[in-house]
Formats: sequence, C-alpha cells, structure tokens
Amino acid sequence: MSAPTRERRASELSSREFLRWMWRQLTSMRTALFLLLLLAVAAVPGSFIPQRGVDERAVELFFIDHPTAAPILDALGFFSVYSSPWFSAIYLLLMVSLVGCIVPRMTVYARALRARPPRAPRNFSRMPASGSFEISASVEEVMQAGRRALGRARIDVVDDGSGTTELRAEKGYLREFGNLVFHVSIVVVLVGVAVGSLWGYRGAVIVTEGGGFSNTLSQYNEFSSGPLFDAEDLPPFSFRVDRMIAEFQPEGPQRGAPKLFQADVTYTERPGEDPEQYEIYVNHPLSLDGGSVFLVGQGYAPVLRVTDSTGAVVFEDAVVFLPTDGSYESQGVVKVPDAQPEQIGFQGFFLPTAVSTGDGAPSTSIYPGAVNPLVGLRMWTGDLGLDDGVPQSVYVLEKDQMTPVTDENGEPFNISLSPGQVQELPGGGSIEFVDLKRFARLQVAQTPAMTLPLVGVSLGVLGLIASLMVRPRRTWIRARSGEDGSPTVVEVAALDRVPRDELPEEIDDFLAQLRMELGDSTPEESRA
Amino acid sequence: MSLEQYAQFSNYAMVSATCVLALAFLAHVAEWALARKVEASERALVGADGQDVTLAADAPAEPATERLSRIGVLLTGLAAVILVASVVTRGLAAQRVPWGNMYEFGLAGTMIALVVYLVLVRTNGVQWLGGIVSGFGLVVLGMSISTYVPAGPLVPALHSYWLVIHVAAVMLAGGLFLVGAAASVLYLIRSRAEERGTVGPVLRRFPASALMDKIAYRVNAAAFPLWTFGSLIAGPIWAHYAWGRYWGWDPKEVWAFITWVVYAGYLHARATAGWKGRRAAVFCLIGFATFLFSYYGVNLFGAGLHSYAK
Repeated sequence: MSAPTRERRASELSSREFLRWMWRQLTSMRTALFLLLLLAVAAVPGSFIPQRGVDERAVELFFIDHPTAAPILDALGFFSVYSSPWFSAIYLLLMVSLVGCIVPRMTVYARALRARPPRAPRNFSRMPASGSFEISASVEEVMQAGRRALGRARIDVVDDGSGTTELRAEKGYLREFGNLVFHVSIVVVLVGVAVGSLWGYRGAVIVTEGGGFSNTLSQYNEFSSGPLFDAEDLPPFSFRVDRMIAEFQPEGPQRGAPKLFQADVTYTERPGEDPEQYEIYVNHPLSLDGGSVFLVGQGYAPVLRVTDSTGAVVFEDAVVFLPTDGSYESQGVVKVPDAQPEQIGFQGFFLPTAVSTGDGAPSTSIYPGAVNPLVGLRMWTGDLGLDDGVPQSVYVLEKDQMTPVTDENGEPFNISLSPGQVQELPGGGSIEFVDLKRFARLQVAQTPAMTLPLVGVSLGVLGLIASLMVRPRRTWIRARSGEDGSPTVVEVAALDRVPRDELPEEIDDFLAQLRMELGDSTPEESRA
Repeated sequence: MSLEQYAQFSNYAMVSATCVLALAFLAHVAEWALARKVEASERALVGADGQDVTLAADAPAEPATERLSRIGVLLTGLAAVILVASVVTRGLAAQRVPWGNMYEFGLAGTMIALVVYLVLVRTNGVQWLGGIVSGFGLVVLGMSISTYVPAGPLVPALHSYWLVIHVAAVMLAGGLFLVGAAASVLYLIRSRAEERGTVGPVLRRFPASALMDKIAYRVNAAAFPLWTFGSLIAGPIWAHYAWGRYWGWDPKEVWAFITWVVYAGYLHARATAGWKGRRAAVFCLIGFATFLFSYYGVNLFGAGLHSYAK
C-alpha cells in the first residue's frame, strides 16, 4: 500500500514543481519582454487588414476582392484582431506575468519600507565611491552634519561603543514606488477598458433637418453594445436636428475643404423636461446623462415628391443620399410602395455643384457646397420586394422583380432635376425636387468608467517619471574619534542601487558639503 | 506682411534650411573623410621610418577635422534658426499652430530634433552626433517636401486645442526618439568595432560605446513618458471629443501603441542584465522604426481617421 502512495506523492510534488517552474518562467523578465514584443507584432495585422469594429464596409470589400483568402483570414480572427483569442491570449499572459512580477515586488517593497538602512560594509574602498578626511570636530558633530547634508534620506546612527559611530542612510524609495504604480496602473487601465466595453454602447443614426430622434434601440441605423449592456438602460433623451450647417473653403488652394460642420439641435434630457438648444460640432459633443451625441458626418437629403398615375401624392419625404467622396457626389434610392398601378423604385445620384463635362457626358460635382444641386435618377417598376419578410436596406434597391423603365428609343429613362423642377413619368405621374435639406450623421455613445483608464494612465505616467528620475542611493558615514586630541577620522562610502557614472563626482561634492557643514574649508586630503 | 507673404517666406526658409542642413551634413562627411586620410598618411609615415610619429602628424591635422566638425555644428545651428523662422511664419500664414498636417509635422519635428541636438552639443558635447542628426534631418525634410500642402486653415476635426497638446507632445517625443536612435546606431557600430579591435579613424571620432549607450538611454527615457502622454493620454481624450470614442484601433492608434510597446520593451531590456547593450540598442532601433511608420507609413499605406494629416 505504501509504495503507490509514495509514488503518487512524488508525481504530485513534481507536477507542483513543474507548475512552479512554469510560473517562474512566465514571470521572468525575459518572458515579459518576449510577450511585449509578441503583442506589438500581433497588433500589426489589424492596421493592414480592415477591422469589423472599425470599418465594416472595408471588410465587405475585402471579402469581394479576396474570395479565397478572406474566409481563411476570417476563421483565424484577422478581421477582429483586437478581440481575437490569440491577441487576447498574449495580453492576458502578459497581465498574468505582470501581476506575478508585481505582487512579490510589492511585498518586498513593503518590507523595504519598514526596514532600516543596512549596516555599513567593513571596507569602504570596495564601494563604487568612497572618501575620507580628518577633522577636529567631534564624532557627534560629524553625525549631525551628516544628517543635514543627507537631507530627507532615511538615517540611522549606530554607536558600536568602541568610539566608532556609523551613519547609515538610504534614499530614493520613490523609484520602486513609481515603478510599482506604473505597472499597477496598466492593470487599472485594462480593467477600465474592459468595464467600458462590457457595459458600453455605441450607435449611429442619420437625422435630416427637421427630423427627430428618441433614444430607443429601434431608432438606430447601427447599434453595438457590450455583452452586459441592457437596451432597457438606454437613457430616455430625445432631440431634433433644427439645422445642419456645412461650410467649405470657397476659394484658394484648399477650395472645397471642409470649414465647419455644425448641427443645431433642440434636446430634452428626460421626458417632461424643458427642451434646450445646443450646437453639436466636431470636438464639441452634446454630453447627456447616460450618453453623448457626436457629429460624425453629414450630407444631402433632397426632398422629393412623387405622384402616381392616379394623381395622388404617394411619396413626399427627404431622401438621404450617402456621400461617396469629398466632393459629396452622393448616391441614394427612393422606394414608392404605394404607387398605382405598380410599385416604383428610383435609384441615382445627387450632385451638390453639378457641372456638365460635355455633350451627353455625365455631370460631375466640382464643389461640396450646394451651388448647383442636381438629382439624377433612373426608374424601375414592379415589386419592391418589401413584403417578402426579408429586411432591406433603405439605401439599396432590390431589382430582382422590377423592370427598368425605358424611353421611346429603348434607352434607360433618365430623370434630371434641379430644385423646383418637375418631371413627368412614363405611364403617368410625376416626380418633383421640392427642396434641399441636409442630414446629420450622429453617433450616440456611452463608455462607462471612462475616467478609470484616464486616471490609470495618468498615474502611470507620474509613476513612470518617478521610476526613471529618482536615484536610490545608500550612503554610509563612519567616524572614529581620535585618541589624545588627534582629529576625528571620517570615512564616507556610497552605493547606487542603479549604477550611475556620476557617483564618484557626487561623492566628492558630498564630502565637500560635509566639511562645509563642519566649518572646515581646507582642501580635501584623500579620496579612495 | 500679408498671409501670402508669410506663406511664401516660410517656403523659401524651408528650402534654405534644407540646403544649409545639406551643407552641414557634407561638412561632417568631409570631417570623417579627412580623419580617414590623416590616419592613412600617419600609417605611411610609420611605415617609412619605423618610428611612431603619430604625435607629429596629429598636431597639424587634428585641428582640420575639428574645424570641419565645428563648421558642421555651426551650419546645423544656422539651419535650425532658418527652420524656426520657417515654422513660425508658417504658423502666422495659417493663423494657427504650425503642426496641422504631415508637412508641418515634418518641419516642426526636425526643428525640435535639431534644437535638442544643439542643446546637447552645448551641455554634453555631442558634436559627434552631427553627421547622423543632420543626415536624418535632411531625409525628414526631404520627405516633408513630398507631402507639401499650401498654408491654410484646418478641417473641422482639427479645430481643437488638443491639436496643440497632442501633436506637440508627440512631436517632441519624436525629436527625442530621433536623437536616441542616432546614438544607438553609433553604439552598435562602435561597440562591434571595439569588440573586434577595429576602431578605425572615423569611429575613433566618436566616444566610447558605453557613453553612447547611456545617452541613448537618457534621451529615450525622457521621450517615453512624453510619448505616453501624447499618444495614450492626450490622443485618446481628443479622440473621444472628435470621434466619439477614446480608442478605436485606427491604424495610427495601432502603430502608436506598437511604438509604445517596443519602447517599453527597450526600457525593460536596458534594466535587465542580459539584455543590456546590443539587444537594448536593437530594441531602440525597432522602436524608432515603428515610430517612423506610425508617423509616415500609416499615412502613406493606410486610410484611417488620421488621413487628413496627409
């Protein structure tokens, strides 16, 4: 019976030893350095391959451009590098390594804080810097002068009873403190980031001038939230976009560059409260309890009115045309499900400053401001497919069950409208460019505990500065009273915890200062 | 002066500064070439009569290399003064801080690197860095010409006082990184020569590798907290106000993070016994490469939210 028991114990011991060995490996500086470099390398692909959280459309384009590679990369998590298992594994290992390194050092530091400065070495000349001199002052006076010269260092004075007194001083405790603060702050930052992403939410919404928004899930165009966020917790604020201002450089070398984007809104923070006015512009979000509203984009929304063959107005609304480039050449879709006898769909472009590039050639936009607005559309009739139960994008026209409308020559029927213009449609009815409005693309976001990473990283920098600038030093002064009126022999030695070349010069300065404190101005006698 | 005149003056000053810096670089190259020639003639003399005449040959030749070194430093100083004028007038022309795009960042960053170097020349006598710093500066100014945009107002995203804080801190850190990287390159070259016992006439003009290692460390140790503040505190705060999130793994953010991680690795390597010296220097150079990429490469290769800075 005893043999297998012993065997089991032995294996238990060895596995524990193995774990201990593993732990030591993980918490070694070499491993930490390796993990740090690995983290840097692992972060690289995310800057070259489009990321889901950053640019969803770029990811879709990548899939179209690289049909074979994309699914493989997807399976390996390359489209969401920073939440992929391998990236997480690296930084979690790094965190464990960090904590495993920091906790023992904290206990060591706590002990060091309580400890008294260590006793002087027997042989001062073996220290990196040392010196000695003789002086007529008493041992007691030397010790007092030493205390003054050493300032705020931690000091013990020990008399060995045989006429030799030793002063032990240590300073620079802040270095390790700063070091520990810096490393702890990294953990604080990560905890803060985690809290923010677990309980946070972010959504985007497009609101045309005059349009409103109330903060419920169904109102968002895009919405993402942390796994612990509850949509019931969306704060009940609402706002209306009264005016969207967009100004561009009218002339000069930067003609067309954006000058000002501003959304004037009227908001109500809680239902029943008085509405208030606010100007949201870039770098100037509307901060409300439980969420902030940021202006992240803008564009044009021509108001179009469509009548069908019966003469009834079947559509009248501002249609959002999404900008495709810096000149605000935009694309949009109009869906008219109520038109008789058939449903109508329009698809086309909007040009804020249209210029014809030649006979028959398509117009282009030469300036992002609305100087010569033009809506260009083509028309389809048939079934919009809205009743199929499949969710549709408002920016895409499903043409599977629709037929393009052509003119008498069999060419696609082109509609070209300036504000106020009306175009008769084949088969009866008309379309009118009633008015030009703008839309604001707003982002509503809340990141809880956002101050935690900020405080963490700020404390971290302070700790970092302390850990890089503070110089820990141990200094010893030994004074032996001379017999029969001969002078007192004073020996000084210093040791830097972090070796520095300047130590010998500084110990010379210290010796000079010590002698000055003792009222002696004779030149230095010897230095080891 | 009108805004156009300021802008014009800034452009002329920038080109002049580049030319003067090129001359400074040539002066340092000539200094090295002369040092090599002096050594060769010494050797010839020793070969001729078998006696050590180094001292005799040194006496007249040494001042010539010193003079070239001093001319190099003076020209670098002149280039720095002209560059300061260019940056200031650029700011006056655009009526804002002169670091709103890649071009201006390159100018102001080089200016800071030159000023840091000149201060170190006065305090620590680092003339020997001259060739590297003027050469690097020349490259950065050259790259900046390729990103030139006329002086003008900024896009709305940059209408923020965080532009002053964020970019200034990052730029200052970048200037220091440049000086640190120059010292590390020289450290690697010189320490290898020291190990092989092949410290030639040019390398002898540089201080011992231990000193260069120390200078590299000091400069990088000063730059790292600045970089942390600029890219990981000021940057995210501004990103929160401008883009509605403080960190979104935008390519520029990714590379700023990578740079931070590598320099953190450098500081640790420097403090760890087995990694001192060569490995730490390699860390420093990788770090500088990642900094250059986050400054220049990201704007060239990636789109991202910082693309207006082009």
